[in-house]
Amino acid sequence: MRNLIDVTDLSVAEIDELIATAEDMIAEPDKYAQVCRGKQLATLFFEPSTRTRLSFESAMLSLGGSVLGFSEANSSSTAKGETVGDTVHTVSCYVDIVAMRHPKEGAPYAAAQYSEVPIINAGDGGHNHPTQTLTDLLTIHREKGRLDNLTVGFCGDLKFGRTVHSLVNALSRQKGINFVFISPEELKMPAYIKENTLDKNGLSYEETASLEEAMPKLDILYMTRVQKERFFNEADYIRLKDTYVLDPEKLETAKKDLCILHPLPRVNEISIAVDSDPRACYWKQVKNGKFIRMALIMKLLELQL
Amino acid sequence: MKIDSIQDGVVLDHIKAGKSMDIYKYLHLDKLDCSVAIIKNVRSGRLGKKDIIKIDSPMEVDLDVLGYIDPDITVNIIRNGVRVEKKHLALPEKLVNVIHCKNPRCITTAESQLPAIFLLSDAQKRSYRCAYCEAEKTRRV
Ligand SMILES: [Zn+2]
Repeated sequence: MRNLIDVTDLSVAEIDELIATAEDMIAEPDKYAQVCRGKQLATLFFEPSTRTRLSFESAMLSLGGSVLGFSEANSSSTAKGETVGDTVHTVSCYVDIVAMRHPKEGAPYAAAQYSEVPIINAGDGGHNHPTQTLTDLLTIHREKGRLDNLTVGFCGDLKFGRTVHSLVNALSRQKGINFVFISPEELKMPAYIKENTLDKNGLSYEETASLEEAMPKLDILYMTRVQKERFFNEADYIRLKDTYVLDPEKLETAKKDLCILHPLPRVNEISIAVDSDPRACYWKQVKNGKFIRMALIMKLLELQL
Repeated sequence: MKIDSIQDGVVLDHIKAGKSMDIYKYLHLDKLDCSVAIIKNVRSGRLGKKDIIKIDSPMEVDLDVLGYIDPDITVNIIRNGVRVEKKHLALPEKLVNVIHCKNPRCITTAESQLPAIFLLSDAQKRSYRCAYCEAEKTRRV
């Protein structure tokens, strides 16, 4: 039995396989409409995230399966002091697969020790969110036709942004990736990622505070939001959140085939005027998120067409 | 007990001088009924000074714990007054309930009954990561 706790639980070949399945699902969704008939997915959201939960539920429904679950810890047994292991163990007696989100880091790893069915980590605090990374990879692949030999810019909160860390990690396993890290001094990429993931693998990266300077060379621009809850000080937050706002003017020097990604929700870091630019791919990304989750559910349930 | 003459027991040798009390604590030697001798600051060619612990009981020493604290310690097993085995240690790949995660956002700090699991992440730096939240811990003892 396989779980997906961290995106590196999957090999590069397995990720390629998931992307291929998802692309086939996008091309011919009807083929997959009954694959999960009779199967149940539980979405256990100990912390609410409507967007991620609905993506999982829509994925399972599109495969012909059914869904049940809860959102918010206080509506569940956790409020009565039950451990995450016991809650997940109980639910795993009813269903075929579990997608869980939890505010504590490592909770899905703990749950997986007690579960009788595959666990998908749908986000554990600021730690991992592997299905977002798979979504990002699928989107890059659909837009560029490849995952290697790309110049990828990451902009915004690179210190706390888990989606950024996880995507850097996943892309570091590809050939010929040039990383460009664009952030204010306070929100730079942590040293352990530069040392353990990039330096160790001999990968090149550059760091800059200027989005304008980086723009012309980018194939991919991954924007992130600066999250208020990461700051102790309101003034710091207000100052930093407006550092990088992507607007049509900044895009003037960008490549014609730049691909702009954002894990959403956005606050103000991408102006709405950019939405109509063909290079804006973040709404496609949302759509892709459902298909990669469909492919993942099929894989973890070991189902074939 | 005469310190030199253990019949059936364990001698931990080549402990870095001053570290024997840490080992006493980590191996829970205070819970033992038998005699335990801690010999500090013994002159040694290799280390200059070293500590030695002699345990007068054929106990199973947790080699993972010792390997984590200091892989240079040697473990001598004594039977009928004779050393029958000399074990060298290695940094263990996995530590269970030896060290605990200090990350306040980690599930193990919220649910303390979970086994504390750490995995070796960098043998050169002797650093471990929490299996749950991946917070790093560099050997401190
Ligand atoms: Zn931890």
